[in-house]
Amino acid sequence: MSAGEVALPAHGPARGHGHAHAAGLSEAEAHASSQRIVVGYGFWIFLISDIILFAAFFATYAVLTDSTDGGPVGRDLFDMTLVAIETACLLTSSLFCGIAGLGAQARNSRMFHGAMAVTFVLGAAFLAIELHEFADMIEHGAGPSRSAFLSAFFALIGCHGLHVFAGLLWLLTMMAQVVAKGYREDILRRILCFNLFWHTLDIIWVGLFSLVYLVGMAP
Amino acid sequence: MWGKLSWAAIPLDEPLPLVSAAIVGLVLLGTFAWVVAKGHLPYLWKEWLTSVDHKKIGIMYIILALVMLLRGFSDALLMRAQQAVALNAPGFLPPDHYNQIFSAHGTLMIFFVAMPFVIGLMNFVVPLQLGGRDVAFPTLNSVGFWLTATGALLVNVSLVVGEFARTGWLPYPPLSELAYSPGVGVDYYLWSLQISGVGTLLSGINLVTTVLKVRAPGMTYLRMPMFCWTTLASNLLIVAAFPILTATLAMLLLDRYLGFHFFTNDGGGNAMMFMNLIWAWGHPEVYILILPAFGIFSEVASTFSSKPLFGYRSMVVATMAICIISFMVWLHHFFTMGAGPNVNAIFGIATMVIAVPTGVKIFNWLFTMYGGRIRFSPPMLWTIGFMVTFVIGGMTGVLLAVPPADFVLHNSLFLVAHFHNVIIGGVLFGAFAGYEYWFPKAFGFKLHEGFGKAAFWFWMIGFYVAFMPLYVLGLMGMTRRMQHYNVPEWQPWLHLAAFGAVLIAIGIALQVAQLVWSIRRRAELRDLTGDPWNGRSLEWSMPSPPPMFNFAVLPDVEGEEAYWAIKQRAIERQALRPEPEYTDIHMPRNSPVGFICAFFATIMGFALIWHIWWLVLVALVCAYATFVVFAWRDQHEEPVPAATIAEIDRANRSARRDALANLQPVT
Repeated sequence: MSAGEVALPAHGPARGHGHAHAAGLSEAEAHASSQRIVVGYGFWIFLISDIILFAAFFATYAVLTDSTDGGPVGRDLFDMTLVAIETACLLTSSLFCGIAGLGAQARNSRMFHGAMAVTFVLGAAFLAIELHEFADMIEHGAGPSRSAFLSAFFALIGCHGLHVFAGLLWLLTMMAQVVAKGYREDILRRILCFNLFWHTLDIIWVGLFSLVYLVGMAP
Repeated sequence: MWGKLSWAAIPLDEPLPLVSAAIVGLVLLGTFAWVVAKGHLPYLWKEWLTSVDHKKIGIMYIILALVMLLRGFSDALLMRAQQAVALNAPGFLPPDHYNQIFSAHGTLMIFFVAMPFVIGLMNFVVPLQLGGRDVAFPTLNSVGFWLTATGALLVNVSLVVGEFARTGWLPYPPLSELAYSPGVGVDYYLWSLQISGVGTLLSGINLVTTVLKVRAPGMTYLRMPMFCWTTLASNLLIVAAFPILTATLAMLLLDRYLGFHFFTNDGGGNAMMFMNLIWAWGHPEVYILILPAFGIFSEVASTFSSKPLFGYRSMVVATMAICIISFMVWLHHFFTMGAGPNVNAIFGIATMVIAVPTGVKIFNWLFTMYGGRIRFSPPMLWTIGFMVTFVIGGMTGVLLAVPPADFVLHNSLFLVAHFHNVIIGGVLFGAFAGYEYWFPKAFGFKLHEGFGKAAFWFWMIGFYVAFMPLYVLGLMGMTRRMQHYNVPEWQPWLHLAAFGAVLIAIGIALQVAQLVWSIRRRAELRDLTGDPWNGRSLEWSMPSPPPMFNFAVLPDVEGEEAYWAIKQRAIERQALRPEPEYTDIHMPRNSPVGFICAFFATIMGFALIWHIWWLVLVALVCAYATFVVFAWRDQHEEPVPAATIAEIDRANRSARRDALANLQPVT
């Protein structure tokens, strides 16, 4: 999302006849604040579309859960201790991501960079555990080609993992950008979007955890 | 090093695609050489390829659609000619090639003609109607367009390098699985659509945000022109439906590339899941296409009947109702799946229900015309032609919605006739109406009316001659996609259909002639007022072509039909509103990021199709780097000085002052 590029009427978004001047704002201030709204709004709509993408994979997984083709089922494969650590990593990373957002708003570099670094480490740990889980399953002949159930499993979890990977790249880019450019308005908007993105991955993981792991382990 | 790519990929034994591709290539090269020789390259690069102006992006979308229409239509001519001669005979197209042609025809017409055409019109018109300076995310808009162009390019590359899918426009498994389609054809299809699908999604997000957040002061929801409402509905559908397409095609890709078992016959795969998923996107898709067309017809019917749109609010409700119900009918595309009578009944009824809001719309247009002073200019002709044709197409659709009837007609030419009936008679006629209607706004001169009317009649009559026989053939039992057949009774109807295609070809030739003639004689067709049709919405309040910043001063909207009210007041008082105070406007800077990103996306898509993995990685890293470089840019906007704005606006005001004397108040 090219957050820096917003063409708005100078008066900001329509709110009846409410002109920016009436609210005691200069035109530039009104422009900046409405840009923040528009960018955030547009990014929310993107997130909704992303959630629908996951919905398609969720639905597919639900349909194919029992299509194991004589192969292993979830209960035989899932290591709940690892999954618990994974979940803890991701949820905690979201907390630090939020702290980083507050740090950016407060223009507090130690807080921002520190919290972003912790977010990165936790996110990377999550990914590492997930890759370990994948490698382990493939090694034991339970790769995605084994059965439709495993195809759906790898695609669903893998899609989330790819999102986390993209998020990590984005995170590093944002840290570099803050170092290079400081807390500019457009950069703050990008940090806001990154925060929304990261929290959304968390929400999706909660769904994954419940539907795939908890339901999968149920007797 | 080069994956599956080798010289064998070029089909030297099939002269038809090679010759046609050579001609297209020569035309492209010739155009490029002309541009370079004339020194237009910097202009092209600065003013068009890197432009983030919604108007120029809209125009580029439409140019893409028109060029691809020619390609898609030549496929149609080939198919009609093949079927006209292939009674107990092989015809001139071998099955292998024929199958690629019908697949490419459908893919091109839906994804690279209909979609860019309506998205282009929405892009061009909506910010002007809403009273905004641009869409919400101008650079993203450019990226979306160029990714769409990438998809179109890849489909056309398949003509010379490798092959295209032989699976139909939707690659149903298991046929589209690696076991039955081992070539690169399906991969061309999949990667083209994945890349252009991202472009469409970006454009959908952009336009939803634009309609909801970037409007002039006073432009409340229930004051928006109908086209903005249908744009909103259509783009909400894009945001909700295209991710499903992306996911579905991704699953098929995983099956083909990494041996997954989503839709395979073995391993527990479920091919019917593909049908469900693809149509959960596919049915909303047809409304993504038709809703903007409905919006265009609303604008045209009201303008050319010189009356406000009848039943504006019921039109809004009908639009949003269609938007929602369109997600509840997907199963009617495969009643024969065997879901059982209850499921089929529910989806059959839902399908019939969606005809109700559409009927509301038809009556609203009729009542808009009733008692109006109708001007039969080309946009209005397309609109009236649509109303007649679409009602027929809608009724055959309701017929197909009856499951027992569908079991008989499923996959027959009756179905082919039905969807061409609604897509040509609805979407394409709408796009042509919009093209004729907004052309003078985009370029400052009208299209020649005589050519336009002649083109309409050839299209209209050609359509009926080409497709009504297909209904008959369907009832006679002819199934779709036949390369040859042995039923002599079918042949006269196929001859008739081929003749209809020739009539349509004449219609297209007339449209090309109209464009060329109008450009050459543009001085005679010039429109100085910016309001050639006596329009009612804000886009007609500005000069044609509109300046880069659209509005010199943002309008203050005080009711429905914003511009009509302003105009009537001016006529009453015989004076324009007082000259506003001009201030500098900040407009987004141009950016090559869309073009460069699409360049790498093209390479990446090509490398993925041919399994050139290192190149995939290189292209991916370059595309990411492009965005990072863009993100590092310091200056996002450029000021347009108040003096320039004043000059442009004063010229427009003076033209309107001259026109004012000739206008009479409408009571």
